[in-house]
Amino acid sequence: MMAAEIDPITLAVLAGRMEQIADEMDATLFRAAFNPIIAEAHDASHGLYHARTGDTLVQGKSGLPIFVGVMAFAVKAVIDKAEKDGDLADGDIYIFNDAHMGGTHLSDMRLVRPYFHNGALFCFLASVGHWHDVGGAVPGNYNPSATDAFQEAFVLPPVRLARAGAIQQDVIDIIMRNTRLPQSAMGDLNGQLGALDLGVKRLDELLAEYGAETVRAALDALGDRAEALMRAELQSLPDGRWQAEDFLDNDGITDAALPICVALEVKGDRMVLDFSGTAPATDGPVNIALPTAVACCYVAIKHIFPALPANAGVMRPVTVKVPEGSLLSAQFPAPVGGYTETILRMIDVIFSAASQAAPDRVVANAYGTINALSIAGKRANGQAFVMFSFYGGGHGGSLEGDGLNHGNAPISTATIPPLEILEAAYPVMFRQWALRPDSAGAGTHRGGLGAVYEIELLEKNASVFLFGERGRFPPRGVAGGTVGALNRFAYEQDDGWHTPPLTSKMLDIKLKRGQAVRLETPGGGGYGPSEGRAAEAVARDVALGYLTAENADRLHGPAWRRVYA
Amino acid sequence: MTHTRMIGVDVGGTFTDVFVLDEDAGTAQVAKVPTTRPDQSGGFLDGIGRRVDELSSVSVVVHGTTAGTNALLQRKGAKMGVITTQGLRDVLEMRRRDRPRTWGLRGDFQPVVPRSLRLEVPERTLADGTIRTPVDLDAVRAAARTLIENGCEAVAILFANAYANPENEHKAAAAVRALWPNPHVTASAEILPEIREFERFSTAALNAYLQPEVAGYLDRLERALKSDGFSGEFMIVQSNGGVMSVETACRRPVRTTLSGPAAGVIAAGHIARSAGFDNVITGDMGGTSFDVSLIADGCGMLSPQTAIDFGLVVRTPMIEITTIGAGGGSIAWVDKGGLLNIGPESAGSDPGPVAYGQGNDRPTVTDANVVLGRIDPDRPIGGKLARLDVEAAARAIDAQVGAPLGLGTEAAAEAILTVANSRMAGAIRLVSIERGFDPKRFAFMPFGGGGALHACAMLRDVGLGRAIVPRYPGVTSAMGCVIADMRQDFVQTINALTGTLDLDALAGFMQHHVDTGMAMLDAANTRFERRQTAFELDMAYVGQTHTVAVPLDIAVEGGKVCMPTVAGIEAAFDAAYRATYGRVLEGGARRVMNLRSTVIGKRPKFDLSTLAPAARGSAADARKGTRRAHLGTAWHETAIFDRLDLPVGAVIEGPAILEQADTTILIEPDLVGMVDTFGNVIIEPREGGT
Repeated sequence: MMAAEIDPITLAVLAGRMEQIADEMDATLFRAAFNPIIAEAHDASHGLYHARTGDTLVQGKSGLPIFVGVMAFAVKAVIDKAEKDGDLADGDIYIFNDAHMGGTHLSDMRLVRPYFHNGALFCFLASVGHWHDVGGAVPGNYNPSATDAFQEAFVLPPVRLARAGAIQQDVIDIIMRNTRLPQSAMGDLNGQLGALDLGVKRLDELLAEYGAETVRAALDALGDRAEALMRAELQSLPDGRWQAEDFLDNDGITDAALPICVALEVKGDRMVLDFSGTAPATDGPVNIALPTAVACCYVAIKHIFPALPANAGVMRPVTVKVPEGSLLSAQFPAPVGGYTETILRMIDVIFSAASQAAPDRVVANAYGTINALSIAGKRANGQAFVMFSFYGGGHGGSLEGDGLNHGNAPISTATIPPLEILEAAYPVMFRQWALRPDSAGAGTHRGGLGAVYEIELLEKNASVFLFGERGRFPPRGVAGGTVGALNRFAYEQDDGWHTPPLTSKMLDIKLKRGQAVRLETPGGGGYGPSEGRAAEAVARDVALGYLTAENADRLHGPAWRRVYA
Repeated sequence: MTHTRMIGVDVGGTFTDVFVLDEDAGTAQVAKVPTTRPDQSGGFLDGIGRRVDELSSVSVVVHGTTAGTNALLQRKGAKMGVITTQGLRDVLEMRRRDRPRTWGLRGDFQPVVPRSLRLEVPERTLADGTIRTPVDLDAVRAAARTLIENGCEAVAILFANAYANPENEHKAAAAVRALWPNPHVTASAEILPEIREFERFSTAALNAYLQPEVAGYLDRLERALKSDGFSGEFMIVQSNGGVMSVETACRRPVRTTLSGPAAGVIAAGHIARSAGFDNVITGDMGGTSFDVSLIADGCGMLSPQTAIDFGLVVRTPMIEITTIGAGGGSIAWVDKGGLLNIGPESAGSDPGPVAYGQGNDRPTVTDANVVLGRIDPDRPIGGKLARLDVEAAARAIDAQVGAPLGLGTEAAAEAILTVANSRMAGAIRLVSIERGFDPKRFAFMPFGGGGALHACAMLRDVGLGRAIVPRYPGVTSAMGCVIADMRQDFVQTINALTGTLDLDALAGFMQHHVDTGMAMLDAANTRFERRQTAFELDMAYVGQTHTVAVPLDIAVEGGKVCMPTVAGIEAAFDAAYRATYGRVLEGGARRVMNLRSTVIGKRPKFDLSTLAPAARGSAADARKGTRRAHLGTAWHETAIFDRLDLPVGAVIEGPAILEQADTTILIEPDLVGMVDTFGNVIIEPREGGT
């Protein structure tokens, strides 16, 4: 596609202006949202999308990384539906959460609004946000034993929330009757509508200032530029084909390892990511829909080449091949609630394959699981409580240095609440909130350390649910670095400590007052051979208690002892 | 000898600025000297010495300092230890599970206290304030001894839930102080009795880390001032834009992290208000960044915390300043996709722009201004050359921007400025829009060395009505030191539903805050015009995480805080919530999270007309000649004026360039500058102009 002529100065200015529109939409929702998953963890995203293809044109910088890429599929699903409806009008807004059409999981509510200029469709605006509850069997929708989408949440296909500017109260009534937290859902919905309104207003101003043709030319040129950037990055890699394989522990139902395979092929300025060999679709919820798989490739690529923009042009030179019937292209109504675990593993295998092509440009695997842990019960006064959070782990080592201790997942930028906020809101006490010694993968640059969280129940009874991974297969090192520690979960009962049969997935553990659960998260993989690590660095790790002396000897030999103060 | 002079000193990264006000004589003087390193006191005293020979005639010296910020950025604070709750030694290192950058997954974090000097002791308080495990004082003493043996100079005591009940932490602090007489013992709830352990621990630890360094520096300064005959009050600007005594600054150095920039915003507010503008957006353009701050109805915005660097969080109220990487030294480059970018990489002041001739060959924003004739190459402000190297700057722009984009030298330089201006305008737009303000209602006030070159572009790009260039834009922060009020902020976490709120306890905290703040004002050796108190609650509906700031209209009569009522608090919350979100939730339970109190001693404001130039004379006398400057698409023979010689009432039609020692003001065609009665240059679109 050739762009219409636009001078480079106007292009650079418009690039910033359009990015700012998406950023402002993000800011509008973060401020207005009721639920902390959006307000604090920024599990949301906004952008501008192509009128015909749905391709991402511009996306906000502060939303969740995984949405960069996946939103184009949500918009395309609406484009297809609107074609069937046959009467798309200015002021229409479609809403849906169907993950098989729009990617990710059913908690993500997507709003898509056509933007008209002088009576003609110019582009689409979209808003996605993770709602606190969308029905289903488990409050908060992380159901590790779901065997279909209906057990995960209510499923809303693309329908019109507004027709020509008139909100359809019927649709809102249906949605609000299907959530346990209608007040929170209504607050989030209002916030998303507000973000879309703001986007329309800003686009009106921009088109009035620069003219529709100039803005359209800029959008085309930005796509071409993104493509050119990606081609230049690919040309800096050697030609070849590199393979990697890793595993999910299990699907939460059957205790069998599930291979995730990739062959990464670079030829000139093109790349193919072929996931042949990956396990077939499963009964349990570690499946993902095809849009999620493609978006995940985008996230991995952008971590390898961080300067790439959030624009569909990046993916033009990339072919993603996902075998039919695999767990990476699950069909409705297969459950997809645990999609985070699967895409984290996809990112890991892409890193492992890419590190063979360009070891200097790829970091080792991060901890690779979000560990969605919820502790639910009733207080003495009868009031229900659900404490739900994700937990952190180590990042991988890189050419530049050691991995970060206790970071967030590569698909997310969410922070963890302070333990005092959790203790003030729920009847728990953290016995431990600490770094986990000996959890980092060794290497010339070691991985970051994982964490230990031990949480004691202060109320009479509670049930515990965990959705995690990496209990059997640790995060890998690259360029000769070694693996990080396994994820380990344990819970206290009258007869002592237990671990779940499926390692990191567990439903409905009964806890009594004074009993605790303990989560020990993986560290990141190491970078480069461990013999290459400076003795001073090893000695420092021992002095700081990152590494026990015994493991230092085993991994690096005794040289560190000569410089140990 | 009368004590009539006041001195403000702002020590920045490159220059130390001095502002001397003699109110009786009705004069003000400024000085700019290089900042000395590593000990900034050399430049501080040198700068004062340039303008004042007799320190006994000085009543007040107020200092905006970056000593604390620099020590944090360079990790040059004290060797220190931490004594903390069993199980929680790594809170400081684990942060809030964030990462330095969204994309790339690189970069790690070094806390200011190594893990081996973070020691745990048995103790535990629960969230409701119940003590589950009394503190083991023998373990505390043993930990303190270990830290002493390891050569620590400072210690922070960081206990979980100490905001809810500080008893364990108090006992531990007392035990440590008894064993180890040391002014540098910090307990977390003494510094910040607010929920969120990482933010509280970080603030307390960074405070302890800075205490020896900052106290030593301020002590050296105070001694030197006294030995030169100074017997007045020596005060320090805090991040909240108020001043504190030097004694408070030594105990709470963490409050100085935005000292200088905050003073600049305070001065900007005063200058704008005096000139008749209550709504102003300031833009401080330095070598590496463009800092934007917003003043609405005369009040600066405060933010609750900031990160000085990744993971180094300081939670204390501070003037909200938004920074983007577009300064004079920001590098212009064309990426592999053919798009022109500015920054974030910067040549800073060393090596600086290409034109400085100090080894940088990548073009910067300043180079574009030099090549287009907007900066006089014969008056270099930075660098070591007697004349800026215009040709080298042009070659760099041709090679790195012109060639890849197919543009000639002037067009490429204009492109650099257009993109840089667009990014700066974007920052101004976002700062105002995010807070619900229409930027068109605001005036723009550039300060720092470079901002006034870009003021007209900001008017054009954002649609701001006018720009106000203060008479001494290069020393705005130093002037702010002289203007700032004395101010003390307090916080206490309450964490109770309005239905079960203990009003006596709340009033007790308010009274304690007022008593402490007033005692501090009493102890100051300074005149106050009046004293103010203000109370605010952080509140939210149950289940919501973002709180709303709820101002409480509670009087203090005869030093006694009047009793608040639940109905009053609930009504105030509803009003504040409606103002923020446009509606309230019927029947929603309301929670009071924190109490915030402020005690302010208003210092007399000096009359800015002190700074005004003569009313006599004519603009023609200030005209120095002309220079070719490229504006828009053509070269213009542009009039050059000596800015400080322009009389009150002078009207200068664009295109024109006004020069003073450290600042260049560009007035573009179709705009007009006018010198007001305070010596500010007000730039507005020409009547009937485009």
